[in-house]
Amino acid sequence: MRQKPEPVQVVKQRRDAALNALVHGVPYINYLGIEFDRRGDELTAVMPFDDKLIGNPMLPALHGGAISGFLEVAAVIGLSWAVIWDEMERGELDMNELIQGHLPRLPKTIDFTIDYLRSGKPRDAYARAQVNRSGRRYASVHVEAWQDNRDRAFAQATGHFLMPPRAKD
Amino acid sequence: MLAALWDTCSKKKTRNTGASWECRMVDKAKVAAQFIQAIPHSRELGMNLTEIGDGTAEIVMPYDERFVGDPETGVIHGGAVSALMDTCCGAAAMSHPASPSLTATIDLRIDYMRPATPGQAITTRAECYHITRSVAFVRAVAVDEDEDRPVATASGAFTVQGIK
Repeated sequence: MRQKPEPVQVVKQRRDAALNALVHGVPYINYLGIEFDRRGDELTAVMPFDDKLIGNPMLPALHGGAISGFLEVAAVIGLSWAVIWDEMERGELDMNELIQGHLPRLPKTIDFTIDYLRSGKPRDAYARAQVNRSGRRYASVHVEAWQDNRDRAFAQATGHFLMPPRAKD
Repeated sequence: MLAALWDTCSKKKTRNTGASWECRMVDKAKVAAQFIQAIPHSRELGMNLTEIGDGTAEIVMPYDERFVGDPETGVIHGGAVSALMDTCCGAAAMSHPASPSLTATIDLRIDYMRPATPGQAITTRAECYHITRSVAFVRAVAVDEDEDRPVATASGAFTVQGIK
């Protein structure tokens, strides 16, 4: 007989708890104030505007470093989330471990290249990562960030990452 | 990132549009001290401009637990290192004698060679190795206390903007 699907709130709670543990376990992400919106497995990173993110007070404009930090966070979390999602769906993820703050090993950045397309306005910023390749050892991720208008990206980046060794290896 | 030098230079420049060299006369130590103060994000990350030359700059960022990227090891997040690289490269671009001291990052690539040792400050040295009327080409190296093994390198292109 086919197993009855789990109630929606149970599934949602598990996914949100996993994401929450992943994101809020990293001090730098909390420092920048970045949060993630989740719709199914799709994540949107949100960096609410804050004065400490300013690089040029005269324009004013966001600091290039704050922008690249935001994009790198979006890329690393996007990549980890893709891996965690699969493990979670297969029932291989130890949720208690995760919620107690034992994060899975995060991918390590090998290189990261940022294009600054427009100056970052003093507003909230959003970013989405696309994992173009995620192999056993290496991954390639592209990120786009925008502010008021989704079609007018103000920065984009590509990064390569070294994947953490899997538990099974 | 452009704010501080521009601050120091602007008064002289507005009176003296043709002579963009005027601001070179300003005391470099004073510029260095004001530089980070005028960039909120760099100031927040605790950066300190320790050297500024003709197209070169050195910035130190002390270890700070708030900027940790891997809670298990205490290693600083790559994002904080890129903010440091970006600021230092921008400072080098602006300090070049042929630059009218306004700049913005066009692109920046960072290679992460190894994790910075937790507890140690990160020092970045940047050099503007070529400049045209429109673009400054800059490269940088970041080290911790083990100066022979770089933590990261960066290379990028920056705009060269005059004051109109």
